[in-house]
Amino acid sequence: MALIKHAEPAWLVLADGQIFKGNSFGETGTVIGEVVFTTSMTGYQETLTDPSYYGQIVTQTFPLIGNYGVNSQDFESDKSYVSGYIVREWCNMPSNFRCEDDINQFLKSQHIIGLYNIDTRRLTRTLREAGVMNGAITTENPEQNLSSLLEKIKAYSVTNAVESVTNPESKTYTPECPAKYRVALFDFGYKRNIRQELVKRNCEVIVVPADTTAEQLTALHPDGIMLSNGPGDPAENIQIIENLKEIAKLNIPIFGICLGHQLMALSQGAKTEKLKYGHRGANQPVIDLASGKTYVTSQNHGYAVVGESLNPEIGEVSHINANDKTCEGVRYKTCSAFTVQFHPEAHGGPLDTAYLFDEFISNMQKGAESSCH
Amino acid sequence: MPLRKDIKKVLVIGSGPIIIGQAAEFDYAGAQACRALKQEGLEVVLINSNPATIMTDKAMADKIYIEPLTLDVVKRVIEIEKPDSVLSTLGGQTGLTLSMQLAEEGFLKSHHVKLLGANPETIHKAEDRQAFKDTMEKIGEPCIPSKVVETVEDAVDFAKEIHYPVIVRPAFTLGGTGGGIADNEEQLRDIATNGLRLSPITQVLIEKCISGWKEIEFEVIRDRKGNVITVCSMENFDPVGVHTGDSIVIAPAVTLSDREYQMLRTASLNIISELKVEGGCNCQFALHPESMQYAVIEVNPRVSRSSALASKATGYPIAKAATKIAVGYTLDEIINQVTGKTYACFEPALDYVVIKFPKWAFDKFVYAKRTLGTQMKATGEVMAIGTSFEQAMMKAVRSTELGVDSMNMKKYETMPVNELLDLLKSGVEDERSFQVFAALKQGVSIQEIHEITLIDEWFLEKLHNLVELEAWLAEGELTEEKYLMAKQYGYLDKTIERMSGQSCPVHKHSVFKMVDTCAGEFKAETPYFYSTYDDENEAEQFIERTNTGKKKVIVFGSGPIRIGQGIEFDYCSVHCVWTLKELGYEAVICNNNPETVSTDFDTGDRLYFDPLTPEDVDNIIETEKPYGVVVQFGGQTAIKLTRHLADKGVNILGTSADDIDAAEDRERFDELLEQCGIPRPEGFTVMTTKEAVKVADQLGYPVLLRPSYVLGGQNMIIAHSEQDVIEYMGIITSHMIENPVLIDKYMMGTEVEVDAICDGTDFLIPGIMEHVERAGVHSGDSISIYPAQNLSKKITDTIIEYTKRLALALHVSGLVNIQYVVYRGEVYVIEVNPRSSRTVPYISKVTGIPMVDIATKIMFGATLKELGYETGLHPAGDYVAVKVPVFSFEKLQDVDTMLGPEMKSTGECLGIGRNFEDALLKGLVAAGYDLKKEGGVLISVRDSEKKEMIRIAEKFSRMGFELYATSGTASYLNRNMIATNTVRKISEGSPNTIDLLESGKIHYMISTSAKGRMPARDSVKMRRKSVERSICSLTAVDTANALANVLLSGRTMNDVELIDITKI
Repeated sequence: MALIKHAEPAWLVLADGQIFKGNSFGETGTVIGEVVFTTSMTGYQETLTDPSYYGQIVTQTFPLIGNYGVNSQDFESDKSYVSGYIVREWCNMPSNFRCEDDINQFLKSQHIIGLYNIDTRRLTRTLREAGVMNGAITTENPEQNLSSLLEKIKAYSVTNAVESVTNPESKTYTPECPAKYRVALFDFGYKRNIRQELVKRNCEVIVVPADTTAEQLTALHPDGIMLSNGPGDPAENIQIIENLKEIAKLNIPIFGICLGHQLMALSQGAKTEKLKYGHRGANQPVIDLASGKTYVTSQNHGYAVVGESLNPEIGEVSHINANDKTCEGVRYKTCSAFTVQFHPEAHGGPLDTAYLFDEFISNMQKGAESSCH
Repeated sequence: MPLRKDIKKVLVIGSGPIIIGQAAEFDYAGAQACRALKQEGLEVVLINSNPATIMTDKAMADKIYIEPLTLDVVKRVIEIEKPDSVLSTLGGQTGLTLSMQLAEEGFLKSHHVKLLGANPETIHKAEDRQAFKDTMEKIGEPCIPSKVVETVEDAVDFAKEIHYPVIVRPAFTLGGTGGGIADNEEQLRDIATNGLRLSPITQVLIEKCISGWKEIEFEVIRDRKGNVITVCSMENFDPVGVHTGDSIVIAPAVTLSDREYQMLRTASLNIISELKVEGGCNCQFALHPESMQYAVIEVNPRVSRSSALASKATGYPIAKAATKIAVGYTLDEIINQVTGKTYACFEPALDYVVIKFPKWAFDKFVYAKRTLGTQMKATGEVMAIGTSFEQAMMKAVRSTELGVDSMNMKKYETMPVNELLDLLKSGVEDERSFQVFAALKQGVSIQEIHEITLIDEWFLEKLHNLVELEAWLAEGELTEEKYLMAKQYGYLDKTIERMSGQSCPVHKHSVFKMVDTCAGEFKAETPYFYSTYDDENEAEQFIERTNTGKKKVIVFGSGPIRIGQGIEFDYCSVHCVWTLKELGYEAVICNNNPETVSTDFDTGDRLYFDPLTPEDVDNIIETEKPYGVVVQFGGQTAIKLTRHLADKGVNILGTSADDIDAAEDRERFDELLEQCGIPRPEGFTVMTTKEAVKVADQLGYPVLLRPSYVLGGQNMIIAHSEQDVIEYMGIITSHMIENPVLIDKYMMGTEVEVDAICDGTDFLIPGIMEHVERAGVHSGDSISIYPAQNLSKKITDTIIEYTKRLALALHVSGLVNIQYVVYRGEVYVIEVNPRSSRTVPYISKVTGIPMVDIATKIMFGATLKELGYETGLHPAGDYVAVKVPVFSFEKLQDVDTMLGPEMKSTGECLGIGRNFEDALLKGLVAAGYDLKKEGGVLISVRDSEKKEMIRIAEKFSRMGFELYATSGTASYLNRNMIATNTVRKISEGSPNTIDLLESGKIHYMISTSAKGRMPARDSVKMRRKSVERSICSLTAVDTANALANVLLSGRTMNDVELIDITKI
């Protein structure tokens, strides 16, 4: 039976009081989060398991979600981190040779509250105009306790995000061939494919907790340091930023992605700002200022580094967003570090900037050569 | 890198006449290119032989040559105009091939002309099969096991190696002409022989058949800086094996996970980067449904049908971007017009799905083979946008004007399951989606249908949802909840009522969403909308926000390109919009054809991309609340809406609904003619076969039969006997029972056509056109001459007088098209159409009278006098223009090529000359006639025309042609002292006419027969053989005579002057 004739109702209540009535899928109940939208047309499974979405209710602008189901190979972490999930229509008869389950079952297994059959374009336009907004998905009619729900919604903020998603235990991953480099991957809520891109390039990857200090790091003797993506307001991570100040002085090649990029910038004295509604999608054009070329990138961030706040003696903006010209990458002068706001590891999204991993490898190579001499 | 300083004057090569595989999309691309070039302040020289296009309009280019698209002509244009550059990638395969030839010969270099868009090396790598394979191998992109061969024996040897089935793909042919799938050696020999002959370089590719793999396309753009992006992905409903032009296509691809999607996207970028294309490119892939294995099928390094679709599907103007790139810009320098904020260097995000549904001509070509394969057969297409697959599908189906408003097609509804399944097993037909739907409805499992058709279960599940919804509608009360779900699934109110047997509990109007390239991420001002059932009506908000205070006028377009309703109506619609804007109105366009200029979102003030049915149109009117609507430029598609709109009280601008009806309703029309004192061939209206036989008898054979309310002579025939009447009544009544059939006395006279403009008081005839072929050949298939060459003053005056009377009596406000037959010195009216016609664009261009602009102004109260025009016939100019029809017979198997009252041509060319002979010569050359001056002529004509053949045969004989004829014709000609060889008929054993046609000795065939159509008939077999062998086949004695005269004149294209029509 594919046609869903009767579905239970569910509602989205936004902080500004707007209510969208739709239907329930996934888990039932009430959840509050920061409502954001992503324009990616594929890769919903990657989105659902990307820890950077911690604390957020994610809306898909593409109306048909779940077409190819869910499989065990495309997860970006062990579980789903989104608070809630909103789609126009979900597919209960997915078709793909790798499909193992449908998205409804997946959300249920992850206890994620979902909402479908609302005007997602209207929601997107609301968020675009008003900026990201808190909201709640609920399967209880919200009209009854609206004021108390609204109070809770307004009071909500994403806090201790990194702490909540990082794994306090270190874990080592080794490539099939003998490893050429050892990389310490900071787990701020890392996406699995960052690790895989490194392992693929013959790196032994030691995933370390977010609060790892310079001292602890030195003991691991890494050839390179990878600062991962992750959720939340970067400026909140005061201790991590302090640690990074020291880590930058170790003179080990550093590569940062997304939150890692923001944290590195903060540690070097720059500032971050919250964007009105962020960049979330697989079609964000980024200009590499050195070559002048534009790359299509996958992105998922609500905060950005303020390019002008960067001390030009410490680092310079290397990439900008072609649309709003915000900072998309920094190249540091005082240490062998470069960081990007977008996701070169893709999953989902375009693979066009995967070459940055090669650059990181070559930085490690150079680092190894110079330490020999 | 902004505009290149070394570019000042650019030659744009168009794509020529509309044929299957090369349709209006190149007018859209070409028009965008011309506009983009002019925006840059460049001088634009245009050459295109197709007069029905927007791109050949004076507003589009500085110099316009409506001349044959041959290498020599293009060279001459370059010599005359001395452009510094040629734009190669916007004129379809025709433009690309010509550009490549010019470059390879060194002509461009020696004339200091730069080739923009793609360089010869790129074209070679993409189009030469072996070079392509080598290139793909070099960058590690997998291809299907294949080999380029130049002989049939090599083809057979290779097929043994890779095992059958194999696909044959001829090199350098359009739409895969001459290709096919062979299951065994016999079939392979057949297809390969044909393919090798059709390939201009005698090359075919023999390829492992991968039927059943998913077919995925990407539209890609690259600039010279190396920036690369994909504009859109598309997935075919039909797996590999059906030409993408014949497949239902959905955008974006829907059954691919991110891994698969990114794998193919990356492959596309690698390919375009390696080929170094500067502009648009189309990459087609086959993806194994059960693994990550894929193969590159084809790459087109140019703007294509798919790129037009991708542009309309996303709002990203590929042709414009490609043109800007060609003249030096890079993607990051081109502003995205839609948002005004972002740049062209981004990938559109969709928040809807798009379905393209092809339009085939099988309703006209009853005996044509409907099987779909690697040879494209569709003449046009529609596009539908929806928030769900089901909604888009339902919209697409009703846009195609198949007479259905859902997936239920009568003939399959009642078909037993086993027959349906046999049909599905026997191959892919144009109506396969309806067959699948019927099978699902009868309870066949998705799995079983998947196993037979290999269509992805996702699509079948979606169709099954429709089946379930329809069953749900039919049971129990029609609740508001059910109604709303049906609306979201794309059903019309009347369909819901019919299926539920209940009236709708409420009536909900649709809302409209914007197509903005970015899924709502950025604020956009694109005036481009589609309907859906949701909360927010963005069109309404848009209208409020941009309130200009101007009155709004809706122009209804003409839907998909089909035989009888082509690009000319788009030309008219677009011109009407331009004039409305000029007059200070807000012009709103509604249309559903993705190939056209009218559906470019910046043509009108607003575009609604939706079906053109009464309810769909009501929704638009509800949101727009227009001052009035225009129906007279959108062909029969728009005219059909008139009665409904008038009933709703909508202000119909121009000729009134009642007067339109008076011209179309047989009885009212007869009354009108009587009042005006104008004769017409005697005729009657009948409903049944019995009545038809009786009436035909009374009129005396031959008689003309046709259903009422048709365009393009659909199902129109000349019956010579009672048996014919019975046969055709059978066909006609099976299609449309409720419509009466008209039977007229058939008069074999000269056909004359007039397009006139009337303001209620005065009338203007820009020109009178005369047809080369006598009445009986559809006006769209006749060679038409302007100005008429053989009419006496008396006849001309009568035609002027009749035109005046008819225009005034019908209270025409705007355009009217009238067809006359001059028979034994008398003028009779055949047909009056109070709307624009096929000939309006060409007459406008050659007379310099902007007919649509004037007609539009008249609708708003202007008079001809005020506009500076006299009443009556406009004096003829210095030039003669000859319109020559173009057919796509080689694409359609089993279609009889004999011309008759049913239209068969897909497009047209124009020849303009100082005199009739020159103009005809140009027209024929443009239409692809190879005017050989030696060889054999095979003649086989019906008895009634044998006498006339004498003087024509004599002309060929005098020129030194060897004549051949079947026994009857041969003995007749020999008796009349024209030496003719006798050839056996097919039934008389070998060697016979077919063998002679195969032998290569014959260059022209003149074949007419009393009967045609049935593929089994000898005459039809001969005509089909001549199509297969590319032998010039003439099926009307008048055409043969005209051609003989051109040959006799001894003039060639080198002798005739090339004319820039902007100077006329």
